Amino acid sequence: MDKIPILRFGHFLLVTIQVDLYDRLALNLESDLIQMVSKTQARGVLIDISALSIVDSFMGRIIGNIAGMSKIMDAQTVVVGMQPAVAITLIELGLELKGVYTALNVEKGMSLLQSKISLPDEDLDNIE
Amino acid sequence: MDLFKALSKKRSRLLELWMQYQLADISLREDLMENEELRAQSEELLDAFLKAVTDKNVENVDDPTYEPIIEILSGISISRARQGYSPKETGNYVFSLRDAILQVWQAEFSNDLAVLFAATLKLNKLFDNLGIITFETFIKGREEVILRQTDEISEISTPVIRVWDNILALPIIGTLDSSRTQIVMENLLQQIVDTGSSIAILDISGVPAVDSLVAQHLLKTVAATRLMGAECIISGIRPEIAQTVVHLGIDLSNIITKATLASALKQAYNMLQLEVRKVQK
Amino acid sequence: MIVVLNKESIPIDKEQDVVLFRNRVKEYTIKIGMGVVNQTKLITAASELVRNILKYAGKGTVLIEIISSGRQNGIRLVFSDKGPGISDVPLAMKDGFSTGKSLGLGLPGARRLVNEFDIKSTVGKGTTVTILKWKNG
Ligand SMILES: Nc1ncnc2c1ncn2[C@@H]1O[C@H](COP(=O)(O)OP(=O)(O)OP(=O)(O)O)[C@@H](O)[C@H]1O
Ligand SMILES: [Mg+2]
Repeated sequence: MDKIPILRFGHFLLVTIQVDLYDRLALNLESDLIQMVSKTQARGVLIDISALSIVDSFMGRIIGNIAGMSKIMDAQTVVVGMQPAVAITLIELGLELKGVYTALNVEKGMSLLQSKISLPDEDLDNIE
Repeated sequence: MDLFKALSKKRSRLLELWMQYQLADISLREDLMENEELRAQSEELLDAFLKAVTDKNVENVDDPTYEPIIEILSGISISRARQGYSPKETGNYVFSLRDAILQVWQAEFSNDLAVLFAATLKLNKLFDNLGIITFETFIKGREEVILRQTDEISEISTPVIRVWDNILALPIIGTLDSSRTQIVMENLLQQIVDTGSSIAILDISGVPAVDSLVAQHLLKTVAATRLMGAECIISGIRPEIAQTVVHLGIDLSNIITKATLASALKQAYNMLQLEVRKVQK
Repeated sequence: MIVVLNKESIPIDKEQDVVLFRNRVKEYTIKIGMGVVNQTKLITAASELVRNILKYAGKGTVLIEIISSGRQNGIRLVFSDKGPGISDVPLAMKDGFSTGKSLGLGLPGARRLVNEFDIKSTVGKGTTVTILKWKNG
């Protein structure tokens, strides 16, 4: 696998990270995702990390970068499904993922994005 | 002549005597073990004993030939410790085998007192060693019981309660040290995942004191909860605690704090856009 | 007294080694029955240190050991490289210090995640970082 699939749901993009990433793959994800945000005019990005057992400062920085870049392009990032052990470890490590929204699962992440972004009404109907 | 080897021919007599001694021990508890079970266990140990012990190795319990005996003996004393036998009962079990052996020897070899005496000395020494092994493993078994109970207590004392759809409450009672906080935190976060609850209320009204270390633990718990995508409210802040927190210069401004569990619950309803109303009749 | 029960040395010279190495450490943590949270802490710390090797020294090795002391078991990892070394170790151990335009969390963060942490570095000679995590630590 050399590309992580990015799915599109209406105004949102969803990336599910299934494996522990090689650095190059993670860097690819960063640029692919930003390209996609621009191409699709997405307003929100969901990164599902529920399958990730390790998030070190490198991975944390990639997530932070994606959030920062998306924000400049008017899209919000939500990290969903972080495992308890990963959360405890990141706090101890000192990485707080500032500027990134978090949610328990994809569904909750979606509704969080919807509440953060003011979409025109017809668009909202399209998402359902 | 090898008196130890000679014992093999007397297996059934030995077992019979040994059982008699064991059963004569008035403290033997019928409630703890069936006679059948006791017999099977004793037979296993006796067979291992007869197979291994000879005049040559009797003085060296570290000899590999003793491994089966020690294994069986350790198993027996650990399981006895778990079942609540006393050390005396467990000790009697082992030492009564020696008494049985002595009795068999006396009946057989009373004509050669010098040989009998030498063998008896060795036998006593051997049983001293077996006794020590028995007690060591017995104590280990007890320690395991204690450790397990300690774990259970710390788990019992940090129950996570699902008070409402999406709302968890965790009343903390007693002192919060580092290891306890770790258990509390892991427990809470796992429950958040399992129940998909987006709000957790940490009630500290049962925590006697909050120093900077405890505060730091609380801050970490809140931060980890947020990373996972849930919100954490701390309730049960008594006036003394508010005082110390401010005096110690601990910054809790990023945390939602409430005086009582009730007001925390109200806040949680608010965040979930729920309303509690009196029914109009 | 600490007894080494098992050891293995793993060379590190390319970025793909990071994930492979982490999986190897994970196998060891599982072997001694370490809980998930401690596993995650140790592997994350290890990941930081192995990245430092790749980033600042280019290559190096990690020694993985299962150790035992009294009734405790644990895992010790020794990261060594022959890279440029660190001129001011106490400074490098501070949160936020980085010569690599990064977050500067690797070293101090790794120290917080383990039970014992030791760093020795000589400019021009290289760096050795040793970490230890007890099974229940
Ligand atoms: N193995 C090493 N060899 C030489 N210098 C090192 C080594 N490890 C760390 N350093 C130095 O110590 C500094 C701090 O390291 P640390 O891992 O804490 O932060 P970082 O690598 O710069 O950033 P981060 O790990 O957060 O991405 C580095 O910037 C580097 O100058
Ligand atoms: Mg680093």
